Parts: sequence; C-alpha cells; structure tokens
Amino acid sequence: MFYFRSVANKSRLASIFSVLALSLALAACGGGEGTDNAGEDTPGATDVAANTKLALASDTTLNGAGASFPKLLYQRWFKDITNANDKLQVDYLSVGSGAGIKRFIANEVDFGASDVAMKDEEIAKVDRGVLLLPMTGGSVVFAYNLPGIEGLKLPRAVYTDIFLGKITKWNDAKIAAANPGVDLPDQKISVIHRSDGSGTTAVFTQHLSAISPDWKNGPGDGKTISWPTGIGAKGNEGVTAQIGQTAGSIGYVEYGYAKSQNLSTATLENKEGEFVAPSDESASKALGGIELPENLRAFVTDPEGKESYPIVTYTWILAYKKYDDPEKAKAMEATIEYGLTEGQKISTKLGFVPLPESVVEKVAAAADTISPDYDITVK
Amino acid sequence: MWFAPTFSLLHGYFFMVSSAQGIQSDAKNRSEVDRKLDRSFIWTTRIFAFAIAITLLWIGIQVGIQAIPAFKEFGFGFLFTTEWSPNPPRVSLGILPSIYGTLASSFIGLLIAVPIGIGTAILLSESILPVSLRTILVFLVELLAAIPSVVYGLWGIFVLIPFLGNIGKWLSEYLGWLPIFSVPQSGSINGPGLLPAGIILAIMTLPIITAISRDALASVPRSLREAAYGLGCTRWETLLRVIIPAAFSGIVSAVMLALGRAIGETMAVTMLIGNSNRISPSLFAPSNTIASLLANQFPEASGLQVSALMYAAFVLFILTLVVNILAELIVMRVKRL
Repeated sequence: MFYFRSVANKSRLASIFSVLALSLALAACGGGEGTDNAGEDTPGATDVAANTKLALASDTTLNGAGASFPKLLYQRWFKDITNANDKLQVDYLSVGSGAGIKRFIANEVDFGASDVAMKDEEIAKVDRGVLLLPMTGGSVVFAYNLPGIEGLKLPRAVYTDIFLGKITKWNDAKIAAANPGVDLPDQKISVIHRSDGSGTTAVFTQHLSAISPDWKNGPGDGKTISWPTGIGAKGNEGVTAQIGQTAGSIGYVEYGYAKSQNLSTATLENKEGEFVAPSDESASKALGGIELPENLRAFVTDPEGKESYPIVTYTWILAYKKYDDPEKAKAMEATIEYGLTEGQKISTKLGFVPLPESVVEKVAAAADTISPDYDITVK
Repeated sequence: MWFAPTFSLLHGYFFMVSSAQGIQSDAKNRSEVDRKLDRSFIWTTRIFAFAIAITLLWIGIQVGIQAIPAFKEFGFGFLFTTEWSPNPPRVSLGILPSIYGTLASSFIGLLIAVPIGIGTAILLSESILPVSLRTILVFLVELLAAIPSVVYGLWGIFVLIPFLGNIGKWLSEYLGWLPIFSVPQSGSINGPGLLPAGIILAIMTLPIITAISRDALASVPRSLREAAYGLGCTRWETLLRVIIPAAFSGIVSAVMLALGRAIGETMAVTMLIGNSNRISPSLFAPSNTIASLLANQFPEASGLQVSALMYAAFVLFILTLVVNILAELIVMRVKRL
C-alpha cells in the first residue's frame, strides 16, 4: 500500500518512500503477521454498489492467507467487497505463498493464495478438493540503476549471464552490441536478488531455467536458490531500495514496484527474438498466448508471441471445491465474481495484468461449481 | 513498616544500610503474616528464576527436536556446506557462510566497540569530567540502546554505506593487496557487506559494554582506590593495576552480553550484510549471518528446509552457549591470578 502514495517523479523522493516501505516491511516481519487493513491508501476507491445478488442469511467471514505478490490488489478487492455487503467480511493476510499453501492444506483458512500453483502432491492432501483460480497476472522486470540510460536492451543470453556472474561490467561487449549508441559506463555490475524466499524469485528463476541450460543445471529454480553472484535484499521493497541506492546495480522486482518507484527497467528479448519493454499490454499479450488447461494451472516460463513480455505469471486463489457452510460457499463465489469483474478493472491501476477474457470465463465456470445457490456472471 | 523486610530484599544493599535500625526493631515483633509474606516472596522469586531456566531449556529442546530430520539428512556436513539450495532434485543445505558471517561481523563489531566502550566507561566512572557533563554523557550512551534496530539499519543504508564507500575505495586502491581490503568478487565496495554490518553492531553493542562496565568500575570499593593512592600510585597505575582488574569480571560479562547481542542481532544486520552465502576474505564482501538467514528463509520454508533452519537455530544456540562458557572460564582464570 505504500508505493501508491509515492508515485512521485523525483527519484529522490521515490527512494525515501522505498525506504519507508522497506522499514515497514522489515518491522512487520519482526512482529509477525498482522491483519493489514485493506488498502486504505489506494487512490480512487470506488464505492461499489451494494450487492443485492448475494443474500447471506447470517454474518459470514472469509479468511484468506497467502502470496504477498498480489497483496495490494487483493486487499483493495476485499475491502470493496466487504464494504458492499453488510453481512460479508473478507480478510486477507499476506504471509507468503508457501505459508498460504500450508494453511490452506491445514484447513486454517477459507481460501489461500499463491504465485506458484500448487503441486499435485499438495493438492492430494486436501480432502475437500482444490480449485486453482487464476485471478490476476503480473510480470517481473529487470530494474537497474544507470543514471542517464533508459530502456537498456538485454538479450536473453546477456541477462542470464549477468545473473550467472559471467558478465560483470556494464560496458561488456555483449551488452554494448545490443545497445548501439548507448554510452555504457566502465562500471561493475552489482546484482541484487531477493534474500527471502519468494514467489517472485520462483517466477524469475523458472524463466531463466527455461531459457538457459546453464542456469537450469547450475542455480536452478525455486523460491530461494543458491545465487552465483550478488547481494540479497529482503522483499520487493528491499530490492527496490537497494537498486535505488547502488549505482551500477541491477535486480528483479515485480512490475508494480518498479513502476511506482520510477526505476529504469530493461527491455528484454523474448522467445521470438523481439525486444519488448515491460508494460500492461506486453504482459497481457504474453498471458493471452497461453492456453490454460482444465485445471487452470499453467506455468508461463517462456511465453510465445512477438509482442509478449518474457517473464510473466498468473497468481492463483486457492479455493476448496466444497464448503461445509453453504453461506461461505456463496460468499466465496461472490468474492471470485467480484474479482473477475470489477476487480479486473482495478488491477491495471495497481500495476497488475488483467486476465484475458477467455481466462475470465474459464475461471468463472470453475468457481461456479463451489455453490449451487449462486451463479457467477462475468458479462 | 511491615513491608520493610520484603522490600529490603529488592532494594538491596543501600536500603539495608539506611534502614538497618528499622529492620532490627521490626524483626523483634514480626507477625506470622510478615513471615508468610517473606516466605512467599522467596518462593515467588525462586519460581521465576526456575521458570527462566526451564523456558530456555524448553526452547533448546524444541528447536533440537525439530532439527532432527535435517540432522539425519545432512549430519555435521551441514556445518561445512556453503550452499543453501532447498529445491529438489538437488537439495543442498549448509550454513558455513552464515557461521563465518556471524562470527566475523560480531568480531568486527566487538573489535571496535570494546576499546571505545571500556574507554567511555572509564571516563564516566572516574572523576575526570564534571558530574553534570558526565550525567549527560551517561544519558546519551544509554539512549543509544533505545534506538530500534530497524532505524540503525536504515541509517546504515543511507548514511553509513555511502560514507564507507568513499573510505573503501581509497583503502582498496592503496591497500587492495591485503585480502581484507580487496575488491570482492560479487557485491561492491559501496554496497552492503561485512564492514557496515560490523560497524552497526559496534554502535549497537556500545551502550551495553559502556553501561555494564561503568557499573562494574563504579562499584570498585573506594577503599581500594584510596589505598592505591595512599601507596603512591599515580592515577594511571591505580586505573590499570587496581581498578580495572577489580572490575574485570564485570567488564567481561559486559563484553559477553554485547557479543550475545551481536551474534543474535537480526534486523539491522539483514539490512546491511548483503545476505549472500559466500565466504570472502574481503571486509567489503556481502555475507550472511545465521540470524538473518533464519529471518529471511522462515516465512516461505517448508518441509526439510524448516528442519534445516531449526538446525541452524540450534547451532546459533550452541554458539552462544560456547561463547558464554568461554567467558566464564576467562573470568575464573583471571580471578585466580
């Protein structure tokens, strides 16, 4: 919620805010998890008209926990939906994807959320059945700190080599070849990565593993990996602050963070060999090119399409197939419906990628099976 | 004054002296209620004291139990492996870089903090400065302890690291042939690393060392000091030969408490050390500590990784225990001399 307040054009101000965010994030991890009061600072909070369709017989609370990646978006959604329904309260704790899945399996929450889709063996542990519902998309960008250089182009071999520690100088011939006319400094590249386990890292390293055998057989992929080079910083906020602070640094962050902090982001070479800048459209194109299977689980490690940005992901809400309390089932469906309709309109504003229409329909159809008393309409 | 005997236990020596008369007269006609109160007080303190010991033991055992799966998997190799890669199929977890980083950053911290801290303590306990000035200084030193570690971390990122970057550039240019001042393989001289983390630890442990050493120095009996002067010792000799040896055990426990804090400090160190699982001789190289490894990895850990983190926590536990035992041995040794 911090970064929206700080959409300022001055990088100085931005760095101050990122530190604020960093400190808050760090303070938060010292004190354990708290219920973040859903995005009160988000701009343009719209009053959603009271939902008359959802008629709950009694007060119902849905508790969710999971990924921090879509935290801003979910908090905004759940705040809106809570405001719109007298009897419904939806709470979300951003405890991280791993912890979210753990709690979901242990039946401690009504729904989970994860940037990394659940594995088969994890799904098998849930007796009530699992629905993986992609709710929004996001992209991971390379943010860098090279004053005066915008739109740096990085071919796929180059950005892999930078993170493998094979390219160590900014004026390396390989970088220069891709950026004719750009005055690259004779400076060491400081690689900055996440030090905490994170879905962002998983998405990023899955992509690198998909495009580079060296990466696949070397560091590999996962929420936390053994980095060949670089400095670790905690959270997207930490990486953002560190990049802002260190000249000649490069790191990976969620698109939303880089956008709000006005960090320079690299233009990457995609599967078709085209250089694509990170944007809502290019990420949306990448997600649109993926045909989702029946279980709505797809790993988009290297999307096809000329205009596709190469590092994108879906992020999922994990719902049970059955809820003992029919009121909860109805509430769950209504929440998903809201996310798929009104929610998609908000996501772009917050730096997320709206779902392609075909995906919205598939998700709606899947979620509609939760409760027989409620019909999800997305049109 | 029915509460006097109980109260005196709390208030200790000074109260005892000043109200000795009162206690004596009370003691003669102590009622049954008084005695019961005393006994219950003693039992309460006993229970509290044991509760601490039991809690400590309990934590140790719990951590140990949860670490067993990782211990079975990795054995003692865990202590000597440099990789932290929990992803199947190639699971390889080890904390050698974190152990190194923990010890190295604490060592740097104490190397700076001990001389400064003890020096400050001497200044504040001797009558070198006027009392009013001393009071202010004591207050300021104690204020250092009240600053939250996140604030230290932020200050480190925005003030200390850029400042050290300039010194570091100079050092690596002229003394770069010394491994400790060499330019690290990864990371940068003007970025996070062992040195900023060590310096922050020095600042954070300074109030502990100063406050406890000052108390130890101040509680050296006046008579010792006066006797030394009486024998013709200079102030210098009195200080080095009489007062500091007399207060030595207090000073060592100050340093040990400080070391405990340095080893366990998480937030500020995580923000400044660079969280990188590599061992490099350079002071400017990013490193990692056990505490920050735990802080970073716990939230998203699952399965064997959780157990490995417990194992790491257990190692930290043992490390602290060893340090404390060593300190006790030093104190005993010196006392015998």
